[in-house]
Amino acid sequence: MATVDLQQVNKVYENGFHAVKDLTLDVAEGEFMVLVGPSGCGKTTALRMVAGLEDITSGTLRIGGKVVNDETPKERDIAMVFQNYALYPHMTVAENIGFALKLRKTPKADITAKVKDTAEILGLTEWLDRKPGQLSGGQRQRVAMGRAIVREPSVFLMDEPLSNLDAKLRVQMRAEVQRIQRRINVATFYVTHDQVEAMTMGDRVAVMRAGVLQQVAHPQRLYDHPDNLFVAAFIGSPAMNLYEASMTEDAGAVKIGSQELPLPVLCREDHPGLARYANKKIAVGLRPEHLPAATGTGTGPPLTGNVDLIEALGSELVVHFTIDARRVRAEGATSDDEDATAHHGEGVARVDPATKVKVGEKITFAVNTVGMQFFDLETEQAIWD
Amino acid sequence: MRNRKRTGWHRVINGLNISAFVVVLFVGLPLYWLIASSFKTASNLGDSPPQYFPNPISVQNYHDAFVTYDFGIYFRNSLIISIVATALVLTVGTMAGYALGRLPMRGKFSLMVTLLIISVFPAIAVVAPLYLLLRDLGWLNSYQGLILVYTAFNLPFAIWILRNYMLGIPKEMEETSRIDGAGPIRTVWTIILPMALPGVFTAGIFCFTACWTEFLFALTFNSANNYRTIPVGIAEFGTVFTVPYGTIFAASVVAVVPIGILVFIFRKFVISGLTSGAVKG
Repeated sequence: MATVDLQQVNKVYENGFHAVKDLTLDVAEGEFMVLVGPSGCGKTTALRMVAGLEDITSGTLRIGGKVVNDETPKERDIAMVFQNYALYPHMTVAENIGFALKLRKTPKADITAKVKDTAEILGLTEWLDRKPGQLSGGQRQRVAMGRAIVREPSVFLMDEPLSNLDAKLRVQMRAEVQRIQRRINVATFYVTHDQVEAMTMGDRVAVMRAGVLQQVAHPQRLYDHPDNLFVAAFIGSPAMNLYEASMTEDAGAVKIGSQELPLPVLCREDHPGLARYANKKIAVGLRPEHLPAATGTGTGPPLTGNVDLIEALGSELVVHFTIDARRVRAEGATSDDEDATAHHGEGVARVDPATKVKVGEKITFAVNTVGMQFFDLETEQAIWD
Repeated sequence: MRNRKRTGWHRVINGLNISAFVVVLFVGLPLYWLIASSFKTASNLGDSPPQYFPNPISVQNYHDAFVTYDFGIYFRNSLIISIVATALVLTVGTMAGYALGRLPMRGKFSLMVTLLIISVFPAIAVVAPLYLLLRDLGWLNSYQGLILVYTAFNLPFAIWILRNYMLGIPKEMEETSRIDGAGPIRTVWTIILPMALPGVFTAGIFCFTACWTEFLFALTFNSANNYRTIPVGIAEFGTVFTVPYGTIFAASVVAVVPIGILVFIFRKFVISGLTSGAVKG
């Protein structure tokens, strides 16, 4: 068991590409740290630097308090699960799991016992004599996990371990991985591009963009208090609705398109910094669930849009609507496909399934102003104080 | 599904079957003719119309090849030279293929091109200088002379096959092994090599076949009866006055056997070896 501590870690490739910039991050003993971000954001590079598979250009990496910048992966006592599992195809499951122990010259009887224990934890006991080629995707994933945990490493690294599984299995394995991590209680780095995985699995989540750490926090904190536009747009599904808006002269309301939303005192007290933005343009963020349909008893200020599309999920209705305001996009937070299809003033709301809405008609939301987020358009930073 | 009409695709597939059959016939018939003829008596060989099946079946030709002629010696020579040369090619080729396929190296591309050029170099152009070289070394009429030349000429192709094969092995395999605590030699030996075995077999079979059937160098460098290989030996069966066709056929059949066995045993590997190298290369 050990902590992991990255201080001002940089990675610059030979071709000059600066993959990771001044990354400072610490992981406590037994903590599950998720690194999340769009592809190419440097999260995997960061993980590989911790593993010792990539040189650290500058900065310090400590594992268990000891600087390990120049140590080999073996000396760092880490275990890693790869996206494609990288199982040894010519070895049986038992040999795959026991390979690291064999290399450490562990006595045969001990290897057998440990492999057996590990297989039991992972439910692989009956497959021990099979080769990886004869296993299903989920089983292979388990073998990869087993190979990592059997060694009782001090740090556990996982590089998108679930992305090769189908959706249903992924949800199942998500819980499984968490269960195993709790059980072995080892500092864990988990890389994913899937923000749902990040939110559900991490004790803390570190969001990265273009090699720069954006924010690291508990998932709920990340969701409720994103530090900047990028984190706000990246975390949450469906994504936060971000519109360009202008503050009124007295900073007591925001104008989103042609509609004016008065901000209650509570909201202004939460964001005292808003006072500085009187008469200025800002970005306003509204989570889909903070847009309940106004039912007459609704307490929030109204916001009206045209309904474009309704997705009935049973538990809720996902309403796609349009208002006459400009959408704000954080670069890199959405995939290109989404960008191409996102239209002017489009938004998404999650409303009660009993709500009467029809495509082509108008819908009025009672905006939950407590959940509203405000961002500086220039710096993209959240406006709080 | 079963009631589907025999539409366009099925016709295409049937067409493919028929053409495959034609190809097999095209390749197989001469082989059959060789085997059948080797069991005919000398007097039946030239029958017109020809005997499609030997009658009577005679093994006299085989007896002649081994007893009257020194086919046993040639066979032994070929076996020694081909096996040793193949072993050398595979040893060096695997290491070179690994280095070229997986290690960061300067000048990789030019090295590979050079190898390609060497592998297509016409043998006839180098036979004279090589003869002088081997004469000076005193390696004419020896095993080591031919082994050296065969190794040199088969290595480029083997390196190409093995390099392409090594390229197809995901880099995570090595990284996992490193994290598991294996050193570089251990990684290559216990992880990479077993995964590259199909490529090794493919290269091995090509190399062995090339050595086994090589004529020009063998004729030039090893002309003494005791060091002749099969192709040269068979060619020398004929004299000015007679050509013992039956014996030549019999010897040829025996010569084909090791190759047949080799391919039969490793056929799965050869197929997967060729395709995986091709796709990933």
